[in-house]
Amino acid sequence: MASETEILTGADIVVRCLEEEGVDFVFGYPGGTVLHIYDALFKRQHEPNIPHRLQHILVRHEQAATHAADGYARSTGKPGVVLVTSGPGVTNTVTGIATAYMDSIPMVIITGQVVSSLIGNDAFQEVDTVGITRPCVKHNFLVNDVKSLAITLKKAFYLATSGRPGPVLVDIPKDITAHKTAFEYPKKIDLRSYKPVTNGHPGQIRRAADLLLSAKRPMIYTGGGVILGDGSDELVELTRLLGFPITQTLMGLGSYPATDKQFIGMLGMHGTYEANMAMHECDVLLAVGARFDDRVTGDVNKFCPDAKIIHIDIDPSSISKNVKVDIPIVGGVKNVLRDMIKSLKETGKKPDDAALQQWWNQIHNWQEKNCLCYDRHCDLIKPQFVIEKLYEITKGDAYITSDVGQHQMFAAQFYKFDKPRRWINSGGLGTMGFGMPAAMGVKLAFPNETVACITGDASIQMCIQELSTCKQYDLPIKIISLNNRYMGMVRQWQEMFYDKRYSHSYVEALPDFVKLAESYGHVGMRIDKPEEVEGALREALAMKDRLVFMDIVTDQTENVFPMIAAGCGQHEMVLSPLSPPSLRKETIEEDE
Amino acid sequence: MRHIISVLVENEAGALSRIAGLFSARGYNIESLTVAPTEDPSLSRMTIVTYGTEEVVEQITKQLNKLVDIVKLQDLTEGAHIERELLLIKINVSSPSATADVKRLTDIFRGKVIDVSEGCYTIELTGTGDKIDAFIKAVNPKTIVETVRSGASGIARGGRALHPFNIST
Repeated sequence: MASETEILTGADIVVRCLEEEGVDFVFGYPGGTVLHIYDALFKRQHEPNIPHRLQHILVRHEQAATHAADGYARSTGKPGVVLVTSGPGVTNTVTGIATAYMDSIPMVIITGQVVSSLIGNDAFQEVDTVGITRPCVKHNFLVNDVKSLAITLKKAFYLATSGRPGPVLVDIPKDITAHKTAFEYPKKIDLRSYKPVTNGHPGQIRRAADLLLSAKRPMIYTGGGVILGDGSDELVELTRLLGFPITQTLMGLGSYPATDKQFIGMLGMHGTYEANMAMHECDVLLAVGARFDDRVTGDVNKFCPDAKIIHIDIDPSSISKNVKVDIPIVGGVKNVLRDMIKSLKETGKKPDDAALQQWWNQIHNWQEKNCLCYDRHCDLIKPQFVIEKLYEITKGDAYITSDVGQHQMFAAQFYKFDKPRRWINSGGLGTMGFGMPAAMGVKLAFPNETVACITGDASIQMCIQELSTCKQYDLPIKIISLNNRYMGMVRQWQEMFYDKRYSHSYVEALPDFVKLAESYGHVGMRIDKPEEVEGALREALAMKDRLVFMDIVTDQTENVFPMIAAGCGQHEMVLSPLSPPSLRKETIEEDE
Repeated sequence: MRHIISVLVENEAGALSRIAGLFSARGYNIESLTVAPTEDPSLSRMTIVTYGTEEVVEQITKQLNKLVDIVKLQDLTEGAHIERELLLIKINVSSPSATADVKRLTDIFRGKVIDVSEGCYTIELTGTGDKIDAFIKAVNPKTIVETVRSGASGIARGGRALHPFNIST
């Protein structure tokens, strides 16, 4: 371990700090301003008997480094770490940083900067890194003295992982990595300006408990905060204790078992009919670690018109931002839910059984509409069918990453996540190209688990170069590409709202994905018949040590339903043409 | 409604840009923003004058509080407070009557003439924004050479104070 008298260069200090933090993987790409750090990595790698050894993963594009670190963070709960050079190295990471920021993912990004004396001189590969990334990080630092390097990195890890997590960037000028100083890594850190709240206000929690017990038509609506705050066990306990229906956002899936009878599906733009209707009709809403995002609420003026709302969130600025709430509770989800369970038990009271029974009857009626139905007798492969089969074959136990678009929504609707941290996707920013690099991060963290990336022919091409990284590090992920030759979601909107003027949403000149995969040294498969799907999936998943790229040719015209169009309320869904006609009529009329 | 928000912020490079960036990114209004170090060199104090509905101002204070560099924050308009702004104004006084007029107006507003040069007076005036507006309005616009306003600074009345460890006394 580091002794207090050890004199190290800034570059060595960076490596040691990462070791002290227990970092397993650094995702990066070398370049001029980080050469000292890469040299320190090299030397450290050849030192015997070090207490903790980290591995550097060389990506093919810096954006992928951030997504891979992000996937690692989402699946493990530990911060993802990125190391890139200045200038273009930094600008390439911005998409990935913003992706992590929107979904509150803990990440530490270390960036090289030009030597201190050149900063501001438009030097080679210089950008104002701190300025460019400021709006999409939780915090960032420019290190101006090697003596403050270790403490700055400590602060970065602390900030990234505490409170509402998020990406934190540390910009280090090259000269600082050459300077030497005594190395000491602080054990603890205290920032007077940063004191995240952990426990909820007991009075508010009691008031919330009373309100929950008085509910006739209650709903629980939870988001990514439950996963980030490790509050899954408490959420399950509370939900079962109350017997209330529960719905989750795209980011929240998995924190309550999807196969449980109290779970009524995802809500929001492509949520289930029953979840959205129950939200609209409920009288008490318990929102946990969710932020009332516009994709969830639809038109906020029509959102939950009859509900008293309780909102638990660690970030006070998420409360009453989009929707005014009645009982705000600021605190970590885990602690607040635990205290709420205690508070409910202490009252000795039970929810109104008769009312609840009536409410469940209503929900079961909605469920009978079978809103996720699709044509099961089509000659073409339906994307939903592929996800269903994948779910069956993996028994719901795989890590699933996705890109962005129709395939993402189908995955969210049809893969039933029973455990948290299994569903890895870019919810807030909606970043195409996220899926495969994120899967790399997951696979590194869980080498023995099945990791599948559900993607589409457009998304996959945004970070396709990472097939090379997968080969270098032997990452046998399964890429399930639902190839409809379109940007499916763009096409769907153009069909529905632009009179079928398919402007630039057709992906012409697709590569031969099988050959492409093979040229990178992987296995490629092309599947174009429904009856081949199951066998091919089984075959691909059985190849434990090979990356398999499955190019699955799907129906070009399939759309994601239900759908809440822009400006509509949650109850104003457009349903699949296959839904019972009476129901379609009633909802579409309300639409107009 | 108009709000005056006082902020204690770590005296670090980039702190100002984080705050300014927050206002522009989220579309909040800034009427004025002043910043200077405090008696504790590690802290700067900022006075932000902003306006918006109660919901918007609530979001502004929450979002400001969320910034890692911000140590403490107080909405002065929530209680009795004092607001002051400094005006420096240069006025053309080419004729003897103009000289007298400017001198008299300055006295009425309890300002001070702080520089005299040929044909030009520079006047210093402190007060609320309203008082400064009134003074500028009272001066013949054709004679105004230039004006500079500091933007508002504010402090709570009584024992209420913005301090890194204890907000009120």
